[in-house]
Amino acid sequence: MPVNVLLPNAFQKHTNGTREIKLEAKNLPELIAGLEANFPELKQHLRDGDGKVRRFINFYVNDEDIRFLGEDKYAFKDGDEVLVIPSIAGGCC
Amino acid sequence: MASSYELRCRECGKRFDIQPLSICDDCFSPLEVVFDLPAIKSKFTREAIAQGPWNMWRYRALLPVPDSYIPVTPSGMTPLMAAPRLAKRIGAKNLYLKNDAVCLPTLSFKDRVVSVALAAAQGFGFDTVGCSSTGNLANAVAAQAARLGLKTCILVPADLEPAKILNTQIYGATLVRIDGNYDHCNRLCSQIADRFNWGFVNVNLRPYYAEGSKTFGFEIAEQLGWRLPDNVVVPMAGGSLITKIRKAFQELIDLGLVEPKTVRFFGAQATGCSPIVQAVKKGGEHIEPQRPQTIARSLAIGNPADGPYAARAIRESGGWAEDVSDVEIVSAIRELAETEGVFTETAGGVTTAVTARLYAHGRISPDDLTVVAITGNGLKTLDALDGKFEQLPAIRPRLADFEEAYLDRIQPGRAPAQPAAPAVEGAYAR
Repeated sequence: MPVNVLLPNAFQKHTNGTREIKLEAKNLPELIAGLEANFPELKQHLRDGDGKVRRFINFYVNDEDIRFLGEDKYAFKDGDEVLVIPSIAGGCC
Repeated sequence: MASSYELRCRECGKRFDIQPLSICDDCFSPLEVVFDLPAIKSKFTREAIAQGPWNMWRYRALLPVPDSYIPVTPSGMTPLMAAPRLAKRIGAKNLYLKNDAVCLPTLSFKDRVVSVALAAAQGFGFDTVGCSSTGNLANAVAAQAARLGLKTCILVPADLEPAKILNTQIYGATLVRIDGNYDHCNRLCSQIADRFNWGFVNVNLRPYYAEGSKTFGFEIAEQLGWRLPDNVVVPMAGGSLITKIRKAFQELIDLGLVEPKTVRFFGAQATGCSPIVQAVKKGGEHIEPQRPQTIARSLAIGNPADGPYAARAIRESGGWAEDVSDVEIVSAIRELAETEGVFTETAGGVTTAVTARLYAHGRISPDDLTVVAITGNGLKTLDALDGKFEQLPAIRPRLADFEEAYLDRIQPGRAPAQPAAPAVEGAYAR
């Protein structure tokens, strides 16, 4: 399933300035693997010492936080747009 | 450090020069301002502070603003009020309110953080500033940007309380209404900030903005005669304020302005949006995002950026966190107003109701000195009180009508007065 992925500025140092990429991915783990395959340098930054994706990185599918859609279990649909935002800004008190 | 402060990653510790940046480019975690405390020690003394203005800028040596910045808005130094009547109601004996419902210029604690963020924005040369907001922040950015002559781009959920929308537009701000909740606003805000070279107070200026919250803690300590309270009860949305009050207290201890002490921190959220409270109750720092559903809109952040740090601060301090229902929030707004004459918004209702519960459950000992953080003004969330007050029929302007309809409400059990008898010396004519 081709998925359009929008990358944040914070990633661009590790993606040679790429802001947007189309990836074949059925679900989130495949999408992350696809990102790492395209941008090998990103991998060490994307994951913590235990190999887990860092907790401050958020993935949104269209308008929804992927955690509300089942996270890893969510199956991407044709035309899905995935937005990656690290450490989303915190609001009030 | 060339300056007295720098940016540092809260996770990997990587250091950065002063710049408009909030995310580590190595591990994508949030950045924080760290001060070189030994270098500041000679400047940040009780005496030096006492010479400063009677507002938050008296603590500017520990605020990340350019040396050349001249403050234009006297935010902060709000009352720290003893609250004996509320205390009696809830079983406390030594209770104080830190009342940012009267913070200048827009009646919420957000005026503090925006003061610092916009000072930094000017230093970085931004001509446009903005934020995503649940309302109070929008008001604060709009007002202070007007005063500094900056252009604005302010994102809010479209269904925000009308008062908070009006209180942004009045300052001539460009208000972008988003068909979604605060978390949606936030996400778009991050994208806009990535695209345009503007200063967003809670995105690329966030490390600076967040430091402004420390003044809430500095003031508590100074107003208590340079000592720390036993407990602080703080409302939580993004989770930043509670961590920054703690940071403020620690800086005061490190600089020798107060005696070392472990202050316990208690967090308050509405049940309809309580991701940080749930993390605390489960004993961890993992934040499970929620879809907010509460009248406490200013706390309705389902994915709180500082949630893990807030949960950690609470746990490490030996405190606790509680959540309360919308019904309890409204009751608490009324209780605070009726006992202490302080009209707070829904967030203050959350904090007051949680405080009552903490005493009721024995989480706080009655003799402890406890400060309750009241962060916003009730005039901004009047709709939360719609239909809560009975309006009696109007009466004719006649004494008999008054006595008939109202006397018993004002002084229950008192019979209407008899025609006045001649006054007797030494007696009180009732």
